[in-house]
Amino acid sequence: MLRGRAWKFGDNVSTDHIIPGRYYHLRSNIQELAKHAMEEVDPNFTKKVKPGDFIVAGRNFGCGSSREHAAIVLKLNGISAVIAKSFARIFYRNAINIGLPLLIADTDDIYDGDEIEVDLGGEIKNLSKGIKIKAKPLPDIMVKILQEGGLINYVKKYGDLVF
Amino acid sequence: MGKTIVEKIFSRAAGKEVISGEFVFTKVDLAMMHDITAPLAIKAMQEIGCKKVWDASKVVMVFDHQSPADSVQAAENQKMLRNFALEQGIIKYDVGEGIAHQIMVENHVLPGMLVVGADSHTCMYGALGAFATGVGSTDMGCVLALGKLWFKVPESFKFEVEGKLGKYVYGKDIILRIIKMVGANGANYKACIFSGSVVEELGMSDRFTMCNMAVEMGAKTGIVEPDKVTLKYLKELGRDYEGEILKSDEDAKFKVFELDVTGMEPQVAKPHSVENVVGVSEVEGIKVDQVFIGSCTNGRYEDLKIAAEILKGEKVSKKVRLIVIPASRKEYLKALKDGLIEIFLEAGAIVEHPCCGPCMGASFGLIASGEVSVSTSNRNFVGRQGSPKGMIYLVNPAVAAATALYGEITDPRKIK
Repeated sequence: MLRGRAWKFGDNVSTDHIIPGRYYHLRSNIQELAKHAMEEVDPNFTKKVKPGDFIVAGRNFGCGSSREHAAIVLKLNGISAVIAKSFARIFYRNAINIGLPLLIADTDDIYDGDEIEVDLGGEIKNLSKGIKIKAKPLPDIMVKILQEGGLINYVKKYGDLVF
Repeated sequence: MGKTIVEKIFSRAAGKEVISGEFVFTKVDLAMMHDITAPLAIKAMQEIGCKKVWDASKVVMVFDHQSPADSVQAAENQKMLRNFALEQGIIKYDVGEGIAHQIMVENHVLPGMLVVGADSHTCMYGALGAFATGVGSTDMGCVLALGKLWFKVPESFKFEVEGKLGKYVYGKDIILRIIKMVGANGANYKACIFSGSVVEELGMSDRFTMCNMAVEMGAKTGIVEPDKVTLKYLKELGRDYEGEILKSDEDAKFKVFELDVTGMEPQVAKPHSVENVVGVSEVEGIKVDQVFIGSCTNGRYEDLKIAAEILKGEKVSKKVRLIVIPASRKEYLKALKDGLIEIFLEAGAIVEHPCCGPCMGASFGLIASGEVSVSTSNRNFVGRQGSPKGMIYLVNPAVAAATALYGEITDPRKIK
């Protein structure tokens, strides 16, 4: 069970919002790059966010580039999961592959600052509002990859003998 | 029930019959990575414990994002990548050869292939009847190590484009109109097949533009099923294709969208979303600071020719910087031999070597706060071409050229 504060964002949060291209010179120093996460939307985000917190958003979270740094900088800032109405598919893959859990759910009843509790099996409790929200369960393959902490560990353990 | 081209390509690759919705862990025919995404992919491959890529003849590395190196750090990065390429014996296109996607379609991709690229616009190769999709670096690390990757076989959307295209209206306008129709994630995880009499008449350049931007509506790939235009394109490149031609069965399952383009004006995507599309008449007169004609979306000879015909004998407005970047060395040479480069230079444009240029938003040609960029590229997100306070309008090459002449967004149908 994961528990933390919800940081709420709108629709179409792109990889350029999550980590703008102009900071890519920092990409070999990923800790430094991570300090700029989400600053296009909230310049003080990385100063305020605490380990275990959640990003909650509308539809099409992570649209845009295939650059995996977008998922990595969120994980490095301690984000325990991203919950959105829908995700752009490459971001979705990248997040699962690096071991950052994602949930698809109707996020209208989660507000910025709400305290939420998340069961990756598919249930979200909004403790601040006293309501439960159903999330779409992840496909088995993704649960397995997340359980191993990402695709690298998964492949190391199972090779390609997975289906 | 018949099969879509997508189900057929995955069935062939997986060596078993698969249908939409199934998960497969299957081999790929080609893998592409570039100077930004390759380092993480190589790191992932090494973390898996793999020392040698699965098949060096199927791995292509292209230096196009920071090309040539724009900082010491980029130079160090590229030095490491060159060493890796040499040691592994993979195919490498160094700085100046062009944009990865253009290089891939000119030299490597064939109909029916399953291709992955560590870049979101990899979906462009679908214009050749391949299934090509963008993946992240960890995915690519897995591919480098195993030559395989997990996929969900996507369902397909079919866009039937009918009617007659007007003057100065192209593939770019069709795809912008389609993105407006379905929304920025309206095709999430779907394969988008473009068909209909209008698409059949389009040349490969326009088909590449359309498939390139399929990702801007969330699609996993864009596809135009192979036909005589596809085969002629390959033949002209000296890459005659005589293999099997995979096409969708007539009774295959699609969600069908119809679009009649008769009377459609040139389309413009306004800041800060690609779905924010209007006709050019709604944005005419907006003052512009920079015009960029280039990118994997619209940097081919055909695009440059459209722009050059408008710019010939004219001068770019003094209020505007016009940056022109051919998509590859091949496209640059065609434009040069045909006198297009001379037209651009005489008009006052900056012509750069083949690379991603301002589209990447980090290397060069950036815009300042409050500045307006009109661009033939594929994304107008906040901060995409420099300052997060800049504004980007996406257009076709004719609108871009006309805009460069007048310093404000201009409908090319109204000049001359």
